[in-house]
Amino acid sequence: MPQPSLTTADLTIRFGGHVAVNNVSCSFHPGETTVIVGPNGAGKTTYFNLISGQLPASAGSIHKGNLDITRMSPSTRAKHGIGRAFQLTNLFPQLTVLENIRLAVQARSGAGWRLFRPAESLTALTTDAQKYLEAAHLTDKAAMTAAALPHGDQRKLEVALLMAMEPDIYMFDEPTAGMSLDQAPAVLELIAQIKSDPTKTVLLVEHKMDVVRALADRIIVLHNGELLADGAPDEVMASQIVRDVYLGTATEETA
Amino acid sequence: MKQSFGTIAVKTTMLIIAALLLFAPFLFQDIRALEVAARICIFIVLVASYDLLIGYTGIVSFAHTMFFGFGAYGAAIALKQMGPGWDAVALGALAGVLVSLVVATVIGLISLRVKAIFFAMITLAAASVVLVLASQLSQITGGEDGITYRAPDIFKTATKLMVDDDGKVVRWFGVKLNGKLAGYYFVFASSLALFLVLLRITVSPLGTVLMAIRENEARAEAMGYRVVAYRTFVFCLAAVVASLAGSVYAVWLKYTGPDTALAFHIMIDILLMVVIGGMGTMWGAVVGAVLLVMAQYYLRDLMGAASEALHGIPLLPELLAPDRWLFWLGIIFILLVYFFPKGIVGTLMLRGTRT
Repeated sequence: MPQPSLTTADLTIRFGGHVAVNNVSCSFHPGETTVIVGPNGAGKTTYFNLISGQLPASAGSIHKGNLDITRMSPSTRAKHGIGRAFQLTNLFPQLTVLENIRLAVQARSGAGWRLFRPAESLTALTTDAQKYLEAAHLTDKAAMTAAALPHGDQRKLEVALLMAMEPDIYMFDEPTAGMSLDQAPAVLELIAQIKSDPTKTVLLVEHKMDVVRALADRIIVLHNGELLADGAPDEVMASQIVRDVYLGTATEETA
Repeated sequence: MKQSFGTIAVKTTMLIIAALLLFAPFLFQDIRALEVAARICIFIVLVASYDLLIGYTGIVSFAHTMFFGFGAYGAAIALKQMGPGWDAVALGALAGVLVSLVVATVIGLISLRVKAIFFAMITLAAASVVLVLASQLSQITGGEDGITYRAPDIFKTATKLMVDDDGKVVRWFGVKLNGKLAGYYFVFASSLALFLVLLRITVSPLGTVLMAIRENEARAEAMGYRVVAYRTFVFCLAAVVASLAGSVYAVWLKYTGPDTALAFHIMIDILLMVVIGGMGTMWGAVVGAVLLVMAQYYLRDLMGAASEALHGIPLLPELLAPDRWLFWLGIIFILLVYFFPKGIVGTLMLRGTRT
């Protein structure tokens, strides 16, 4: 096993008396796609929010490689290579598709503080952005506002934004949510493309079993904020404990 | 991208306004018209810098006149104490900019990370404090009466920029080439320069980041932008521009008091101009400033004339009596907001574009 690219140790967050994520210790490795499953309210998105910095950890630590990122702001984590996509489409609606992508590109290049050059004249930025537009098959829609895109294209843009940030850790929260069956493959194809790079670590929250099967190298199961199972897809899917969780028997005893 | 009809209309209007302001002293040869033109120039800058906050970044501040006032009072106090000279103007403007920077940084850092409403309240409180200070510290600020002083000699009406053989001031197209003319072009050039800087910033990468913060703060942060730093920076930037505009206006007016530089009605004017013109576009600032300043100066005259013309017809002359100009301004404002929900420019630019 190579050195883990991301490690959470005893990661915990409490909201008042409610423990949403409880002592989750887990390591993720480059070239590995981990799918996080679990019933609603299991703490999957909260776990994501802790890693990307939207929520502060109550206890435990998060390391990217050897770097302790537990107390860093989301923007600093992003600069250190943590890229996060969101469950609900989370774009800049009134900006054009190209501008959306360019924002991600320029965040990486540090051009955000440049005041006196028109952004359009910074050709390096724009060419770079075009590359991701092409990858997401959005080139012909570059001038449209993100709000005007059909839902499927918005999800593609969401993934393209993440790719344009060129993070080491990709975090997708239900990337195909709300997409029709014929739209989903386009997004999955993009994720497969990321997955093919052995230096990238991919984390994915997903419900749809066909998506899980298609992408997962490893599955972890969260339930009531705790890490319940961790292993190869076939193993985990076959285990009794996971079946119990999904069939609801385990939920009742703690409810 | 193909330009829509609306965009072309807006750009044409901009060129016309720019040309009118550039040749204002020659086109409208009376003192009052020149006052109006200078005021329009200054307010374009003031409104554009405010739009950078409210329209581009989504920051609601009520302290914009305060920064305008810092610049105006800085120049005014320096000119009063040191006598008319460019050193006084430079020093006063610099002092205004420094005070604005410090105050903006402090307000920004303590309150831009919290909820927008809290920030708005802080700016309101700061502006009120400064207004009270300006009227209380009367030995420095002249209190409610304000300060009258002399501008640098080149702006004196008696100054002759060019003389003919008899030693009389030369006229071009009937306009005397005197200090008043120099003064107007000082205001015009400074305003144009400041406006162009702002315009440039809005299309820069920074401008896109500001809009991204307005659109989706959390995502901008997740992408690696330190939102608080950007917000504080743009707040300071807008403050500095407003302050410089204040200094220029103080030099032009040769008088600075609460009514010209600090009062809340100026803040309300700025807000109205932004809303009328359209938020989030620099051209909106231009249109808003032109329309509202013109209305403030000429609506009364226009209504007076209309009232005269309708003499004899029942009710109408009464309704159009010049004293009721504020009432009509209100009605015009409501109609504008109703028919141009995104401001005149904002709505026009959308027309004809497919979204």
